[in-house]
Amino acid sequence: MNNNETRKELKVSAIENGTVIDHIPAKSVFQVIRILNLTEVSDQILFGTNLDSQKMGKKGIIKVSNKFFEPDDINKIALVAPTATLIVIKNFKVVIKKNVEVPDHVEKIVKCFNPNCITNHESVPTQFTVIDKEELKLQCHYCEKITARDTISFV
Amino acid sequence: MKNKSLVSINDFTREEHIHILDLAEEFEKNPTQKILQDFVVATLFFEPSTRTRLSFESAASRLGAKVIGFSEPGSTSVQKGESLRDTIKTVANYSDIIVMRHPKEGSARFASEVSGVPIINAGDGANQHPTQTLLDMYSIRKTQGTLDNLNIAFVGDLKYGRTVHSLVMALSNYNTTFHLVSPQLLKLPSATKMHIKEKNLAYHQYTDIIEVIPKVDILYMTRIQKERFSDPIEYEKVKSSYILRNSMLETAKPNMRILHPLPRVNEITIDVDDNPQAYYFTQALNGVFVRQALLASILGVK
Repeated sequence: MNNNETRKELKVSAIENGTVIDHIPAKSVFQVIRILNLTEVSDQILFGTNLDSQKMGKKGIIKVSNKFFEPDDINKIALVAPTATLIVIKNFKVVIKKNVEVPDHVEKIVKCFNPNCITNHESVPTQFTVIDKEELKLQCHYCEKITARDTISFV
Repeated sequence: MKNKSLVSINDFTREEHIHILDLAEEFEKNPTQKILQDFVVATLFFEPSTRTRLSFESAASRLGAKVIGFSEPGSTSVQKGESLRDTIKTVANYSDIIVMRHPKEGSARFASEVSGVPIINAGDGANQHPTQTLLDMYSIRKTQGTLDNLNIAFVGDLKYGRTVHSLVMALSNYNTTFHLVSPQLLKLPSATKMHIKEKNLAYHQYTDIIEVIPKVDILYMTRIQKERFSDPIEYEKVKSSYILRNSMLETAKPNMRILHPLPRVNEITIDVDDNPQAYYFTQALNGVFVRQALLASILGVK
C-alpha cells in the first residue's frame, strides 16, 4: 500500500464506526444536516464544507460516529445532494459505499409549491410521490399538483 | 365500494365506474326508493354551489336519507377559526357519509384521512370533481349507447377546466378520439396530452368550433372566463369564437349531443336549448341518479 492510498483510507476511515456522507455539493451541506435532523443527534459529528474535490469542484462531507441510517432516511438527501455517496464504516473499514438514490416517496420535509394546497393551510405533514427521478418532479398526495426541481423548498 | 371514499376519479377502478353507471341506470328508472332511510348524509359546502349541492341533497332525500350540513362556512365555527380537521372529525360523529366541497386543493383527500366516515369529494379547489366526471360519462353512455370508440370534442377553456381534465383522463380508457377546440392561451395542458398519448390515443387541435361539428358524437362546451386573460382586449377578441349558436349545428351528426357542466353564461346561445341535440339540462338531471348510485353503494346498501 503506497502513501497516497494510506492517506485516502485514513481520511475516510477516521471514524471507527458510523456513517460518512461524502460528495455533498458544498451549498447543500447545511440542508443535509437539517434533513437528517443531525442537530438532535448526540453522537460525535464532524463536517466540512467548501473542500476541494476533483470530481465536483467544491464539496462537503459529514461524518457521524456510531450512527447508522435507514436507506429511506438517507435517500431523502438525494433531493438536494444527488451526487452524495453514503459510506458505512465498521471497525475503521468501509463496509458499504454507494450513491444515494432519489426515493419513490418523500414525506414531511418538502413544502408543496401550490399555495392553495391544504397542506399550506392546515397542519398536515406533506407527502409526495416522485414521478420523475431524473427531473425531480414530486406529485403532492393531497392536491395532486407537481412541485418541480426549481420550486422544491423545505419545510 | 362499501365505505370507500371517492376523492379522485381514479380512486375507483374502471369496473367500479361502470358499476356506478349501471346502478345509476336502475335509479333513473326508479329514483324514489326509501333504501337510505336509516342514514344521515352530511353536505358540507365550504364554497357555494347550487347545482352540485342540491343535486346531492335531492339524491339523498329521494332515497329517504336525512340531510344535514351547511352551504357556506360563514354560519359555522369555521368563522371562529376551527380547523378543517376538527370540523370533519366532529361531523363524522353526526353522520354516515360526508359530501364535501372546499376551495383548497387536497382538502377532500385530507378529510378522507381524518374522517371516521366515507367522504365524497364534490370539488376541491381546481383539483378534482369526480361526481361530475361520472355523470358526464353516464350522459355520454346514455346518448351514444356506449363509451367505446367515440369522437369527442372539448371546447373552450381546456387549460383550467377541471371537468375537462378529469373527463379526458376517464375517457382515455375507452379508445376515444379527442378533438380539442380552444384559444391558443387555453390549450389542454401537456401533462394531459401526454396521458392521451401514453394510452396510444389520438387528439386533434383546432381553433374553430365549426370544423369539429360534423366529426363528433359529443360536443362538450365549457365557459371561457374573463379572469383568465390579463389583456381584456384579447378576451373580447377570443370570446365570440367559442360561442355555439344553433345555426352552426346544421352539419352535426344526428346522434351528436351537446354537453356542458353548467353554469352556462353566453357560450351556448339560448336558441340552441330547443334543439333536440342540446343535452346539458338532462345532463344535470343525470347527476341525481349518479349521486344516488354513489351514496347507495358507498353506504353498502346496493
